[in-house]
Amino acid sequence: MRLELRGITKRFPGVIANRDINLVVEPGEIHALLGENGAGKTTLMNVLFGLYKPDEGEILIDGKSVSFHDPGDAIAAGIGMVHQHFMLVPVFTVTENVMLGVESVRGPLGQQLDRPAARRRIIEISEAHNLRVDPDARVEDLPVGVRQRVEIIKTLYRRSDLLVLDEPTSVLTPQEDEELFEIMRSLKASGTSIVFITHKLNEAMGIADRITVLRAGRVIGTTTPEEASLEKLAEMMVGRRVSLVVEKKPAKPGATVLEVDDLVVRDDRGHVTVDGLDLQVRAGEIVAIAGVQGNGQTELVEAITGLRQPVGGTIRIQGKPVRHAPRAVLEAGVAHVPEDRLEDGCVPAFTIAENLVLNTYYRKPFANGPQLDRDAIEREATRLVQDFDIRTPSAFNPVSNLSGGNQQKVIVAREFSRPVHLLVAAQPTRGLDVGSIEYIHRRIVGKRDEGAAVLVVSTELDEVFALADRLAVMYQGKIVDVLDPAQATTQQVGLLMGGSRPVGIVEAEAAGGLTHVVTSGG
Amino acid sequence: MTAAVQVAPAVIVDRAAIRRQRILGVVYLVMAAAAAFVLGEGIEPGASSTFLLKPAGSQGGLDIPPLVVPATLTIYLIAGLCAALGAIQLVRGFGSRWTVVLGVVVVAFVFAFLTWAGAGRSMSLIGILQLTVQKALPITFGALSGVLCERSGVVNIAIEGMLLAGAFSGAVVGSGTGNNIIGLVAAALVGGALAGVLAVLAIRYRMNQIVAGTVINILAAGLTSFLASRVLQAHRELNEPTKFASIPLPLLSDIPIVGPMFFSGNIFMYMLFVLIGLIHWALFHTRWGLRVRAVGEHPRAADTVGINVLFTRYRNVILGGIVAGVGGAYFTLGSTGSFVHDMTGGRGFIGLAAMIFGGWTPIGAFLASLVFGFADALQARLSILGAAVPSEFLLMVPYLVTIVVVAGLVGRVRMPAADGMPYEKE
Repeated sequence: MRLELRGITKRFPGVIANRDINLVVEPGEIHALLGENGAGKTTLMNVLFGLYKPDEGEILIDGKSVSFHDPGDAIAAGIGMVHQHFMLVPVFTVTENVMLGVESVRGPLGQQLDRPAARRRIIEISEAHNLRVDPDARVEDLPVGVRQRVEIIKTLYRRSDLLVLDEPTSVLTPQEDEELFEIMRSLKASGTSIVFITHKLNEAMGIADRITVLRAGRVIGTTTPEEASLEKLAEMMVGRRVSLVVEKKPAKPGATVLEVDDLVVRDDRGHVTVDGLDLQVRAGEIVAIAGVQGNGQTELVEAITGLRQPVGGTIRIQGKPVRHAPRAVLEAGVAHVPEDRLEDGCVPAFTIAENLVLNTYYRKPFANGPQLDRDAIEREATRLVQDFDIRTPSAFNPVSNLSGGNQQKVIVAREFSRPVHLLVAAQPTRGLDVGSIEYIHRRIVGKRDEGAAVLVVSTELDEVFALADRLAVMYQGKIVDVLDPAQATTQQVGLLMGGSRPVGIVEAEAAGGLTHVVTSGG
Repeated sequence: MTAAVQVAPAVIVDRAAIRRQRILGVVYLVMAAAAAFVLGEGIEPGASSTFLLKPAGSQGGLDIPPLVVPATLTIYLIAGLCAALGAIQLVRGFGSRWTVVLGVVVVAFVFAFLTWAGAGRSMSLIGILQLTVQKALPITFGALSGVLCERSGVVNIAIEGMLLAGAFSGAVVGSGTGNNIIGLVAAALVGGALAGVLAVLAIRYRMNQIVAGTVINILAAGLTSFLASRVLQAHRELNEPTKFASIPLPLLSDIPIVGPMFFSGNIFMYMLFVLIGLIHWALFHTRWGLRVRAVGEHPRAADTVGINVLFTRYRNVILGGIVAGVGGAYFTLGSTGSFVHDMTGGRGFIGLAAMIFGGWTPIGAFLASLVFGFADALQARLSILGAAVPSEFLLMVPYLVTIVVVAGLVGRVRMPAADGMPYEKE
């Protein structure tokens, strides 16, 4: 299929998400759509998929103008989309998910589901493209990598000629990335066109035939991996020269601040997700935990910060066992930048000023007995807005009006502006633009240099490598290894994240002469 | 450090499970004590209880002799059984079979209670069971209505109001036209219309579904009470519908116990059985059902494969309203024969509880409704029997059972993931 987007413009109240976008995807081509979060990639693809109506412009398929009113139209035209957040019904089986919307039916009324027929086709497709999956498994029981394969099978089941993959690697380990690229090559060989949305430069360079860069809703240019370089792409994407290296001096670790011993935590569904975990973090060092999402990181952070009651083990902060209540943990000198900033980090409907005192409002100088001291709060807010460079007309705007980066700065300002012994930052830069990432990384390193113990949890390997003084890899609820980021390679960490242990690591460890504070048995 | 990444799993202590186990054990022991010291001591020694298993005055079918048990001995045996199970529960628990044990203890205790209540006389057990099914009928209609709505993601708390409106319009139209089938159709249409209001509020205007449902309940209760006192008082002829007659099914109704319970009812009972089967088949074995469930679980996923989420929800809510309207007509056209204000008495809410207890499935909802129906029937029969329990307390029984069941067992079943959440295209 040859797809052409001509002059697509899409406006939302107050923003122009796409501005006069032109894009051509040739048959059998892998076309990378590169851009930062908020550059308009996903909006553009939602326009293509019939989820949004463009305000201007047209979509041409094989030279003919088409208009899609809903995803059904796009699917009928042969467009398949794998959304960043999977569109799978967790309680359905793989077969049910794949057939949903284009069900095989039988019976006199033509209503009864024909699961065996659908199952047969799924097996055919999965064998043709090496997409291994059990058609009878429930989706909620499958790891994310497999769920993604289900999504791809879903599009092939609908005989799509053009496949849109929206940030497909954000949930995968580096090894799974490679598997996905294999699948993409196989699809390309069978004539399918692929639009590959990403913000990772090396992925675009590695797999794409052509790369189109988007910035602030506009097409900056289209190039090929042969013509482009990482530096050039980065500059096109961000609009200025960027350095992604965090400058930091070697750590000067002091006494142990956080001591986690044989911790066991269950998730909301009662599954054990942290399973006998040991971890220590010392003052003046950053321990970064790498891991694929869903390996217990969320529950670990919630247990340390008192948001979740562990079912076993102990957590000590400065030698004292903590009471599992957020207020008690807070008073013990712990700052927390939560993973989901709108859900757990702030109250979006409250003003910036109110959010900035969300964990100190009950103390002097912000409270006199039961009454809040509005003046004191306002003074503090004005100071922090300035110090932390929060871009807002005033400290009395609701946080929900800020951009993601500025929302995160509000949380960072609140957590970093008081003296703490331990900083726990989960996914501190998720969804932020490069500028904000740089800023928050610098602040985290600054906190370390002040002498705080810092625990960073991230699924982004780049971030883990950039920040870590010690790099811990978490897999299935345990720390499987602790590495020296200067010695370790992404390859090694990737394998550990996927649960396998590369042989080469033993030598690397020996050569690095690491002190293993954390052991994982054996 | 090199090879063995996996360490032996830490000993997991699930505090919640242990707590539940202890509570259950204590509850069993309390029940044993209650059976032994309250029920066992409260009757004449040597008395026996007689349970009739064949409906009085019924001809044909097999003759089953009444069940006669020595009262004191039976009660003490049951007390012993409860105590033993309680002790085992406390000491080592029953693992995953704890629900079965809970069922055994509850049934045994209820039997002990019946033995006590019937000591020295004869009690129609079959009468209670028949009444159980009759009381369960409207509850099941309500629960099925809930299943239809909530599987598509709309919480329908207005079932109570729909039952009431169905009861009223069934009676009035049935009497006015002199044709109870037209009355039944009118009840269905009124139920569907009220559901249409709910659907517009909840889906189109994305109003809080609990508030929207409550508004409809208040509207239905107020309107029917007002019309009943103002219009029906003056025009008695509008409140005298002919009831649907019972149609005992040949052969099936002759089966002992089961026959009188399930195959001797009127058209409502058979409609219900057909509906249960139909909804079960449709939800779990058809294209229609797969789409409905997808909409209730993950509407955006359904949307991205071209399913019309809002249409699905409208349709299901209105279907649910029709079912509730028919269930409401049972009160006037199937059971009582005339409309009395507030005659549904919270059966719509109990239907919601049955839906939840039944895990949002039609068959589960029916079984759960039977539990509630039994509590209701017990209450009705015991107050006639003049058992030594205050009638006010007996009236509480169905609601108490609802609270215990919902508080104790719910949370173990998973509701449709998008239940109660308005869907908005971004």
